[in-house]
Amino acid sequence: MPEAAIPLLHIDSLEVRFGAVRALKGVSMDVRQGEVVALVGANGAGKSTTLRTISGLSRPRSGSITFAGASIGGRPPPQIVRLGIAHSPEGRRLFGALTVAENLRLGACTRTDRAKIAADTERLFALFPILKQRWRQLAGTLSGGEQQQLALARALMAKPRLLLLDEPSLGVAPLLVRQIFDALGELKRQGVTMLLVEQNIKLALELADRAYVLRTGSVALSGSSAELRDSDRVAQAYLGAAE
Amino acid sequence: MSGFEYIVQQIVNAVSLGSLYALVAVGLSIVFGVLRLTNFAHGDVMMVGAFTTVLLNALGLPFVPAMAAGVVGAALAGFLIERIAYRPVRDAPDVTRLLTSLAVTYILENLGILLFTSSPRNFPLPAILNESWQLSGGAITFTNINLLTIALTFVSLLLLGWFITRTTTGLGMRAAAEDMPAAQLVGLDVNRLIIVAFLVASAYAGIAGVLWAAQAGVVQPQMGFTPLLKAFVAAIIGGFGSIAGALLGGYVLGALEIFIVAFLPSSVSSYRDAIVFSILIAFLLVRPGGLLKPNREIKL
Ligand SMILES: Nc1ncnc2c1ncn2[C@@H]1O[C@H](COP(=O)(O)OP(=O)(O)OP(=O)(O)O)[C@@H](O)[C@H]1O
Ligand SMILES: [Mg+2]
Repeated sequence: MPEAAIPLLHIDSLEVRFGAVRALKGVSMDVRQGEVVALVGANGAGKSTTLRTISGLSRPRSGSITFAGASIGGRPPPQIVRLGIAHSPEGRRLFGALTVAENLRLGACTRTDRAKIAADTERLFALFPILKQRWRQLAGTLSGGEQQQLALARALMAKPRLLLLDEPSLGVAPLLVRQIFDALGELKRQGVTMLLVEQNIKLALELADRAYVLRTGSVALSGSSAELRDSDRVAQAYLGAAE
Repeated sequence: MSGFEYIVQQIVNAVSLGSLYALVAVGLSIVFGVLRLTNFAHGDVMMVGAFTTVLLNALGLPFVPAMAAGVVGAALAGFLIERIAYRPVRDAPDVTRLLTSLAVTYILENLGILLFTSSPRNFPLPAILNESWQLSGGAITFTNINLLTIALTFVSLLLLGWFITRTTTGLGMRAAAEDMPAAQLVGLDVNRLIIVAFLVASAYAGIAGVLWAAQAGVVQPQMGFTPLLKAFVAAIIGGFGSIAGALLGGYVLGALEIFIVAFLPSSVSSYRDAIVFSILIAFLLVRPGGLLKPNREIKL
């Protein structure tokens, strides 16, 4: 296989269980370099579990996760961050008692190119100007939209080769959702590879090149965003979850 | 002696006692932050620090290096306790971890009794530290050990403040205390943070242990029990798990104890601890999270 055809992230037959609950029942998917891939599905379909298993918070029961040629399934999260995967988790999970500046500093804690961190922070201000104004403010005192921007910025501070985003529109005022997705669009233009979990399918398919639809722990459907937008199969896949 | 000088004297005493409580309580909070565990063995780490100082001094090491070795010894004890006792049960239910912490306490105290018997030994305080200063013609007295306690605490706490607000490891410790999975996701190494937390907390317990023994004049294997209990109370007053809260709680408790004895008639003040605990209970009814409530539930 030629180098370019090897996906950056390759997941094969991934299975994850929580006790008796089979959260993922053999999920396979690919994310290629430079691509934005959406992962959608009803509540409890296993979207967050997929991201959490990629970043090492949950352990696969079977199946494999390969990132940039290395098998990463079951490795601890700090190792995975160092390999180049940053995860902006569901519910933002900021350090509320730390300032915006300190949250961003911790976002960069695995980096060895210390000298470049300041310049990267400046670039983030261009994307999220509000963070510059809130620099010395405690993260816990920010609004939902501001917190979401900080969560994205914190993940970007790791300079990831792959960005995992779990519901960046959750708890964000509608006007700010647009702004956040504009920022994600800008990141896409800059070539950032993303795996995006999002409840708002319309927005997700606008941004993404391709999408996977999860239904109760399995991939029910996948294809290019254009295909999925124009068919009603996504809606059917969702309805299937409620059967 | 005028009222004013009496008050100044009591304030000096309160700050001195509060400093000790604060030093111990801060360590409890640091460990609780990263492990969600009330480390009852923390008092025994104080004891290790004090005994190390006494033994090395008896072997001929001068007091100040012996004291420094005591602090290192305490840090090492904390490191080993985490490694040997707490790490294997890190993911076990809370009750298991709590019992483990009590077991470590009993093991260390009984080991101390086995090695040194339970009778108190003299703490070899250099004469200079027992000298006292008189102000206002003797109305205000403070001993060098009081001064040393206050000064050492002040420097230690300044250092701690620098560590938890300026260094990546210190910030990471606070981040892990607030949200462990999120801390892992930014790439912080939790194992390393927990080790650092134990080293720092135990070093502070070591300093407190030496100072406590110096004030008491003796060391004894069970010497850690009372300061641990007091520090626990101080940490709860301040808001359990909050480092700043533990500090504040330590000084509040120190002041309460001293002022009750100083300003209430002796018929009442002999019930000092009962009064302090009654105030604590009343306070917690009004403010269950303590003075500086950290962003999470209290769990033993
Ligand atoms: N830690 C856990 N313990 C037990 N069950 C879990 C755990 N985490 C997830 N599950 C279960 O796994 C399944 C998938 O959950 P997951 O959070 O991945 O869904 P999701 O697609 O992200 O849903 P949502 O849209 O609500 O965020 C659910 O049935 C959930 O109850
Ligand atoms: Mg989810």
